Amino acid sequence: MSALAGGLKLSREDRPIAIAALFLVAILIAGTVYTWVRFGSAPLLSPTYLLLQLQIGAFLGIVAAGMMVVILISQIDLSTPWTLTAAAMMATAVGGPWAIPIALGIGLAVGIVNGLGIAYLRVPSMIFTLGVNAVMRGLMVAHTGGFAPQTEATPLMRSLAAERTFGIPNALFVWIAVSVVIVLILRRAPLGRYIYAIGNKEAAAYLAGVQTRVVTVICFAICGLTAGIAGVLLAGYSQKAYQGMGDAYLLPAIAAVVIGGTNILGGRGRYLGTLIGVILIVLLNSVLSIMDMPEAGRQAIYGSVIILMLLVYGRSERVTS
Amino acid sequence: MAEATATDFLVLSGIAKRYGGVRALENVDFACRRGQIHAVLGENGAGKSTLIKIVAGVVQPDAGTITLDGVLHQFRRPAEATAAGVVCVFQELSLIPDLSVADNISISAPPKRFGLIDTRAQTRRAEALLAEVGCEDVNPLLRVHDLPLSRRQMVEIAKAIGQRPKLLILDEATSALTSADVERVYSLLARLKAANVAILYISHRMHEVDALADRASVFRNGRHIETFDEGTRTTSQIVQLMIGRDISTQYPPKPDRQRPPAALKIENLVWENRLQSISLDVGAGEIVGLGGLDGQGQKMLLLALFGVLRGLTGTITVNGRVVRPGSPSDAKAHGTGIALVPEDRKIEGLMLPMSITDNLAIASLKNLLSGPFVDAGKERRAVEAGIERLRIKVGDRADAVSTLSGGNQQKVVIAKWLMTGPRIILLNDPTRGIDVGTKQELYRLMRELADQGAAILFYSTDYDELIGCCDRVAIMYDGRIVRELTGADLNETNIISASLNIATSEPAAAPHVATAHG
Amino acid sequence: MGSNLAIRLRQNFGLATGIVLFCVVYLGYHLSHPKGFSSAVLVQNSNEVFTLAMVAMAQTVPVLMAGLDLSVGALMTMVDCFASYLMTGAAAGTPLAMDFIGIRLTFGTLPGGVPGLLLGMLICLGIGTLGGLLNGMVVVYGRIQPIIATLATGAIYIGVALHLRPQPGGKIDDDLNWALTNSLGEFASTVHIFDDGAASWFAPLAWIPTPFVLLALIALVVWVPFRRSVAGRTIYAIGSAEGAAYMSGLAIDRAKLIAFTLGGFFAGCGGVFLAIQTSSGNADIPQAGAYTLNSIAAVVIGGTSLLGGTGSAIGSIFGALILRVISFFFRIFDIAPLLQPLFEGLILLVAVSISAVRVLRIKNTLELFR
Repeated sequence: MSALAGGLKLSREDRPIAIAALFLVAILIAGTVYTWVRFGSAPLLSPTYLLLQLQIGAFLGIVAAGMMVVILISQIDLSTPWTLTAAAMMATAVGGPWAIPIALGIGLAVGIVNGLGIAYLRVPSMIFTLGVNAVMRGLMVAHTGGFAPQTEATPLMRSLAAERTFGIPNALFVWIAVSVVIVLILRRAPLGRYIYAIGNKEAAAYLAGVQTRVVTVICFAICGLTAGIAGVLLAGYSQKAYQGMGDAYLLPAIAAVVIGGTNILGGRGRYLGTLIGVILIVLLNSVLSIMDMPEAGRQAIYGSVIILMLLVYGRSERVTS
Repeated sequence: MAEATATDFLVLSGIAKRYGGVRALENVDFACRRGQIHAVLGENGAGKSTLIKIVAGVVQPDAGTITLDGVLHQFRRPAEATAAGVVCVFQELSLIPDLSVADNISISAPPKRFGLIDTRAQTRRAEALLAEVGCEDVNPLLRVHDLPLSRRQMVEIAKAIGQRPKLLILDEATSALTSADVERVYSLLARLKAANVAILYISHRMHEVDALADRASVFRNGRHIETFDEGTRTTSQIVQLMIGRDISTQYPPKPDRQRPPAALKIENLVWENRLQSISLDVGAGEIVGLGGLDGQGQKMLLLALFGVLRGLTGTITVNGRVVRPGSPSDAKAHGTGIALVPEDRKIEGLMLPMSITDNLAIASLKNLLSGPFVDAGKERRAVEAGIERLRIKVGDRADAVSTLSGGNQQKVVIAKWLMTGPRIILLNDPTRGIDVGTKQELYRLMRELADQGAAILFYSTDYDELIGCCDRVAIMYDGRIVRELTGADLNETNIISASLNIATSEPAAAPHVATAHG
Repeated sequence: MGSNLAIRLRQNFGLATGIVLFCVVYLGYHLSHPKGFSSAVLVQNSNEVFTLAMVAMAQTVPVLMAGLDLSVGALMTMVDCFASYLMTGAAAGTPLAMDFIGIRLTFGTLPGGVPGLLLGMLICLGIGTLGGLLNGMVVVYGRIQPIIATLATGAIYIGVALHLRPQPGGKIDDDLNWALTNSLGEFASTVHIFDDGAASWFAPLAWIPTPFVLLALIALVVWVPFRRSVAGRTIYAIGSAEGAAYMSGLAIDRAKLIAFTLGGFFAGCGGVFLAIQTSSGNADIPQAGAYTLNSIAAVVIGGTSLLGGTGSAIGSIFGALILRVISFFFRIFDIAPLLQPLFEGLILLVAVSISAVRVLRIKNTLELFR
């Protein structure tokens, strides 16, 4: 993950990205063929359509960005759904100029709690974040009385999520900003090296003097923060927050990261892959919408696509020693 | 080279094996007979482990044939080798820690009743086999991870003989054993020999080979050099075959000077029951060795100094300042400047799938920044400097460090630490598994670093290294330093007796030429 | 031998703690319940526990191999939906037909009455088992990590479930529903055995809830023999040290396939029972997700380590019991329903963090990274 592989030789990390990109193109083509045959038009290739997809993709993309960082250090964050929802609900409840800072603060705080429990208490992340998710849900249910809060998103939130600047959706700018920060961290900053080192061999990183526990807390904090950002945008887009708004983002985020070539066990993966994974999932969803595919078919295709892609490049080595 | 004869049981012909760019075995012809103990000798990296793995079916050879009792075989997995009567006791144990001793002993073909495992019959079988190796006191119901290492090794041996081998291979099987258990293994091997089992015995301990073997084969750099009957070669001849050149290892000369002031001062270090009040000084420019039998606390001392152990009491002073490293990050910090070259480079020293550049730079990234980011130019220059100084043989710096040979991997670990500019360098058995050429380079490097002012604390299981490299050697026994040897007192006799905690007032023996044998 | 007993106790410490914890909590529940210790309460409790206990058993097997199965809830739901078609007990039999992308596939007809019912149940269990086998094949032959493989197959199972039941519907034979969700006495009288439940030797047993007996039967007849089989032991070996297991010549791929297939069977049992209990089929995606995540919690609380190699499905049953009983408590203590999720979440978090106490006692930090 340091020097780029020279020339056209595709390194082990580039292959999944190339394949995912090819698959993305294949979906576009298949969808276009379908709409041409059925409707006589090619809406999938229109810039308006593609921009709209990217705007929707921004929400998933931001969540996936944070999730990737956590997966890289061989952990996972299952508390994203209710962290996102809590951030959204508290933002709309507080309103005014404090809405967004509160949401980000919640995301950050939850991430830090996750990180502390996992790094210092060594509770497996799968189960700790599960518990935190349940606690966040409990807090929100108690707070809202079980209903969707009536309070509305602030104009700033709405603007960030739904409006455009120079014809480009603002949400896309937010996604780009998040992406730039993540890429800078992963590729240029020492923190990024430490992340890959821990994901590869935590013992060796520790003995090399890397502060592995601090890095773990930071990674979960990043993941919580991105969940908070996504919560702000989602609430802005729908004008309100609602129960369970974050549930639909957890598994697709994990899938996007994995489809993009990041190893679920950590230590390997490039952000470009996650980007492509997100776009692939969003496109797939929308193509299936256009085809009027019922939810049943969508789920089945979704699952099959993941398996197919992983068969092509996600195979792990047989354990022999 | 010994010719295969009609009475040979195992015959290898033309065996070759490559790992990436490294030729582990090349055109090996080898034979051994039933009812004999056949020793396999060679330096680390000579190809012994690979040979054993091929015979045991763990890896497949690139070329060559394996013949057992006249029948050609191709083992694609360990189970096939076992079925043919080849049983191997590896250095890395094949026991399952969370299962019981009885489960482990009968792991692959347990006695069954109504299709399910018959635990009572299994326990009885375990008791019988444990008795055969003389370990009746081990309760078969215990989980393996509850047993001490020596007992685990005995269980591994019991498991092996339970498979009724025709060819038994022991790879450094006695390295973890207590002396009592070693005796038990000797008598077991004698019984197996009498039962016409062929035995291949890999060991670095010459006295064991002398005591046990009927024939011996020497390997060097992946080739079979010679096979001879025991007693027909002297130790120095064998050593010469093993290292292939002049007998005396070149150790760099030691400076003759006053003992320098202490850069590292350790006072009354106590940890659990493994370190019992250790006090030691290491001066700037000194190489101090840690010696003694395995497991007397030497590794724990190094880990303690590096901040890995919690609940440590005592005082550590670096250049006059008391320090309390709570983690390796603290220990490596600029004010303290301690570096540790760890025991197991594959797990503790390197991130194998990551590039050579990443592995070299990981400990010193803070020195390679411009602004908040890593400066690619600074990194590249530092990496090149490290590669040059240690003379690491690398191709593309972006290649994974796993593609390097063992010796070069160890050099990467050391170079990584040198890039942090350490004042105190701790080395945990750094030459284990390294070829002779690289070892020499490391000895020279250590002396060079000492001459430049570093304080070096060096743990080694090799007496000759300790004698050859160190200005002083502290022998540890049961968590204490029982003796410090220096000058003329620093000789093999004193090291051995101190290691066994035998008080000796013998004068130093006649000038001792350091020989290089394992 | 006394020392052998001590050894076994020490080795099963996690399980023992789970059982003790459950007994204490459940005793407390009955003591606080206005109608505590009555057969009615026991029956109601066991009905609510069964499915989660089965799904927890299903989750235990991959966890023992240091993996995870994220499809257990979905598989259970899929079988639940199949059952709502195949176990209606209609006297005239059930046509086996399915619409698939506009094509109607027919597989014949299920006979009516009890034989049809039993056959339908067998087919449902078979579907669950096949789902598990599919999971195993993707993991073993596709060489894909279990967590991701089952994430994907779970989506497929939910898709099938949704296809079967886009809306909740269907029905389960009334007699079957009555027989299996009440006490043994009712079971006997419905099935017409033991003199319709009136036999004198049977009377002292009539109060035992049938779901509880089913649970114990499945655990004894399926899990205990499996654990003592070679495949069962291989699974523990894989979780403990896969490399050493390979060196010892164990059939690793075969064991993994069997493990996932067994998990599928357990999930299928859960699905069949849920259908019987609710007398309908419901492709409830959030519920499927909740079952999956709760099964992981139940496994951990029941003493099985997520790192593999130690634990037992029996422990997971008790883990599920503890989780459910905690929610029962909310009912009797009249905790504001709005606070219930919060309490559940906190208790879950604390319960799984308790294992962290071990960490604080480790003195050599390197051991934390093993």
